[in-house]
Amino acid sequence: MNLTAAELLERQSTGDLSAEAITQSFLARIQQVEPKLRSFLAVDEAGALEQARAIDAKRRRGDAMGILAGVPIAIKDVICVQGQRATAGSKMLEAFVPPYDAHVITRLKEADAILIGKSNCDEFAMGSSTENSAYQTTRNPWDLERTPGGSSGGSAAAVAASEAPLALGTDTGGSIRQPAGLCGIVGLKPSYGRVSRFGLIAYGSSLDQCGPFAHDVRDSALLLEVIAGHDSRDSTSVDRPVPQYAKVVESPVQALVIGVPREFFNQPGAQATGGLDAEVERSVRDALKVYESLGATIKEISLPHSPYSVAVYYLVATAEASSNLARYDGVHFGHRAKEFAGLIDMMKKSRGEGFGAEVKRRIMLGTYALSSGYIDAYYLKALKVRRLIRQDFDRAFAECDVIVGPTSPTAAFKIGEKTGDPLAMYLSDIYTISANLAGICGISIPCGLTKTGLPIGLQILGAPFTEEKLLRIARMYERETDWHKRRPAV
Amino acid sequence: MTTHRIIIGLEVHVQLLTKTKLFCGCSTQFGLPPNSATCPICCGLPGTLPVMNREAFHLALKAATALNCKIASFTKWDRKNYYYPDLPKNYQISQYDLPFSSEGWLEIELPSGPKKVGIIRAHLEEDAGKMLHDEHAGKSDSLVDLNRTGTPLLEIVSKPAIDTPEEAKAYLEELRLLLREIGVSDCEMQEGSLRCDANINIHVPQADGTFIATPIIEIKNLNSFRGVERALKYEAERQANELRRSLDAGAWVVDSSRAKAFRDYAVIQVLTQRGSEVAKATAGWDERTGRTEIQRRKEEASDYRYFPEPDLVPVKVDAAILDKVRTELGELPAAQKARLQSQYGIPAYDAGILSRQGRAFVAYFEAVVKTCGDAKEACNWTINDLLSTLNERQLDINVCPLSPQGLGELIVEIKSTGLNKQRAREVYTAMLDGLTAKQAIDKLGFKVVGDEAQLLELVRRAIAANPKAVADFKKGKLKAADAIKGFVMRETKGMANTEVVQRLVMEELNRG
Amino acid sequence: MSLSADEVRRVADLARLELSDADVDAMVRQLGAIVDYINQLQQLNTDAVEPLAHALDVHDVFRDDVPGTSLSPDEALANAPARKDDFYRVPPVFGD
Ligand SMILES: [Zn+2]
Repeated sequence: MNLTAAELLERQSTGDLSAEAITQSFLARIQQVEPKLRSFLAVDEAGALEQARAIDAKRRRGDAMGILAGVPIAIKDVICVQGQRATAGSKMLEAFVPPYDAHVITRLKEADAILIGKSNCDEFAMGSSTENSAYQTTRNPWDLERTPGGSSGGSAAAVAASEAPLALGTDTGGSIRQPAGLCGIVGLKPSYGRVSRFGLIAYGSSLDQCGPFAHDVRDSALLLEVIAGHDSRDSTSVDRPVPQYAKVVESPVQALVIGVPREFFNQPGAQATGGLDAEVERSVRDALKVYESLGATIKEISLPHSPYSVAVYYLVATAEASSNLARYDGVHFGHRAKEFAGLIDMMKKSRGEGFGAEVKRRIMLGTYALSSGYIDAYYLKALKVRRLIRQDFDRAFAECDVIVGPTSPTAAFKIGEKTGDPLAMYLSDIYTISANLAGICGISIPCGLTKTGLPIGLQILGAPFTEEKLLRIARMYERETDWHKRRPAV
Repeated sequence: MTTHRIIIGLEVHVQLLTKTKLFCGCSTQFGLPPNSATCPICCGLPGTLPVMNREAFHLALKAATALNCKIASFTKWDRKNYYYPDLPKNYQISQYDLPFSSEGWLEIELPSGPKKVGIIRAHLEEDAGKMLHDEHAGKSDSLVDLNRTGTPLLEIVSKPAIDTPEEAKAYLEELRLLLREIGVSDCEMQEGSLRCDANINIHVPQADGTFIATPIIEIKNLNSFRGVERALKYEAERQANELRRSLDAGAWVVDSSRAKAFRDYAVIQVLTQRGSEVAKATAGWDERTGRTEIQRRKEEASDYRYFPEPDLVPVKVDAAILDKVRTELGELPAAQKARLQSQYGIPAYDAGILSRQGRAFVAYFEAVVKTCGDAKEACNWTINDLLSTLNERQLDINVCPLSPQGLGELIVEIKSTGLNKQRAREVYTAMLDGLTAKQAIDKLGFKVVGDEAQLLELVRRAIAANPKAVADFKKGKLKAADAIKGFVMRETKGMANTEVVQRLVMEELNRG
Repeated sequence: MSLSADEVRRVADLARLELSDADVDAMVRQLGAIVDYINQLQQLNTDAVEPLAHALDVHDVFRDDVPGTSLSPDEALANAPARKDDFYRVPPVFGD
């Protein structure tokens, strides 16, 4: 079933399809492709069908329906659903069952969405390829030899392969936008504070945001509308009105000014930071031409501190992670080692066994960056450069509506290609990371295919809390092209 | 060695009087069944987030304002990272470089007069849970109860400006009074709502005018104010003895390179153990043996890797908020004491006693004065008789069986009739059962003999019957007059008007 | 400037992570490379820059002091690796 969420809603309201039939169909698709893709860590077949029947009954009674009624959705396994295991892709949480719903889950349930399963991800959302999952490696539906990106690779692959029309992911340094780009779908990272983080297993608390995956911009708007908004349980969720994104998304932005940062592109004599692939660059430049044809002004801008964003990110995110992940010590929840000598040894062994290599690396780096004697040179230095990065964006948004560039330097890379070189893996997030540091919003939309048939993502960045404008601008491009309608043959 | 100077600094943690914890809606009630007052947030379950309790911050502001602290216009929270099973997140949300308050003082009363003890800072933080260790430490597993986890605490750090163990106790008593009076904490040490760690070392003067400073010992496990005093006394003495022994044995050396200025006086030279950098240690106080036990700790434990708590947002405090807090505080004990002295002309000592009993007691006293018009007598009756009644019966002043008007009337009655103290106490006791002063006097059948002629007759008989006392009086032993008065009192069964008797005895004795 | 094996072990102790000798070797290599990369930040002069810990300009977020729902001891201990009665059970704290 290749339908979008909007189409599924439409078919249900006309009586063509029931929620149960929809759910059955997606479950069948999951059964069919899952052995190849491995997008899901858990599929809640019984629960999904039960929800679907309840929604159909509700419709028959003539009750008011939620805005995602009968639409299945995959949930990244770092998001807590009451009574369902939440592993965060880690052995550490193999047996952890949260007694609460994340705020976004509460919202989805209120919207009558159908929670179809928990999708695979890099352990604790740390990674760019989903290869750091302790359970399985998810494949890119466009090429099974390649990664879907990460850390929300399971969610991206599930939507791209039509295992679910929608999915939730989380984005700390690009973990929604990068896999969306590599899987040829739409992924949106909301502004920091737009969506509650309550119930989201924390990685980098000042950077984490939860956001939608969908086939197109309209569906993204619909899902964002459901999950956005204030939550009194998250002090950092901002109390400001949520626009009706799905309604306004069709109206184009007039007198559009698009900023194109010169640092994101190859210049004569200077490679773009991160080594931008020529095919990717061509597709992005073509997309800019589409905007120009729509009357947009393209303006070259500079984000002079963006080359430092990876360095800043790997200090800030890991410092916060080293503290956020300290709670996994085998005392109150999570994995406890079988054999140990005393308390400290129990903690060390439990953590040594429960965490994978990348998580340990980041805990080590973050601990080091905060430790006595190094905090000034590393953590605090990073926070200062973080301000410079934010100031770059503030200046840029004073003269343009959005900033456009590639989502990733290359199309999907091969499984195993970068696992031996953590730094190379980190650098694949060069274009997405600065948005998290600055707290702004960003979206990746499909803008082409490589010669070998791999999707290319276009990243559009907007000032904080301008998701409405961001979506409208993304939709302007989408209306002119059909990249978002391409589906991989799995 | 006898002239060494004791340097004490106190770190006090008080539990704020909120209904719920600092970051979640769980109860802060003491003594609940284990792990029955926890939730995903205070258990630190993955994905949960803290939200600051408004009342906790407000109470903290009240306390810091009452402690004369500077209140920061911008404050934030930090994570203090360390691993311990009673701390489920393995970090404590506390305040590091921008505490909400700093640089205050608390005035305490010493035999030598009042003293302002400086306060370095007061900050808000969350409590940890409780560990139960097996008696045979190290043999069996420990148990963890997280009920207390996340309870709001105010940490108040004094300057190292407390000079004696007695002073430390006085500081704690004054602090407890203040915090109870303004409703910030109930300060029950037994229930852990007031905890105290004491830092102590001694400075020993040298011939060249410098001082040697012994390593600072932080004493933990102090369970009562008396315990704090005892532990500090013990530790000061122990350090003095240890210093003498260690210098003789060469185990400690004076490290002049680390000499520094301290407070108001010259250079001090720091002692270090030979071959070791450790100049600070932790000790536990053993109430039973009356000794401190040094617990050496690995230095590793102290790298707390503080950084700003990303799950909480900063708080701004403006003048309007501070004004509101100040109005709410009302009259603080120190100001109250000064007012009682000047308004009622009572001695500082008595005003101190009144003030220490709290606002309700002072209000009672003031109502007694209003009825009887005699502050001195009102003060005597309230701080002696009334206070011991309340203590004996373990009653709060708010449920006192005798109204302040009743006590005031009793004082009026005593003054007008000259009822002696002993009989007046009997009346007072009868009044505790609900009688008015007049009813009690009637019931006891007390009829004061005030007739001058009758009393003069009795005085003369007394003089005649006590020639020795008269002789003594004439030799200048004025006390001898008491025997004459006693005779009259016996004859009237204590009912003679004391003032009249006093006057007549003096007149008669001085006459002949 | 890269990390020494001793430094890696010190940090692992702070982070309560058990690392094998092979892990330590790998960390020395990988963290060393990352730290070398990160050191490019030192080129920037940030003397006049205030740290930015949080991109949000939000302050004064409170909850009212109103009791909420707590978990029962059984619910609270449902994810505990080991319990005794209604307590979490841990190895002896003073046993090390
Ligand atoms: Zn709680």
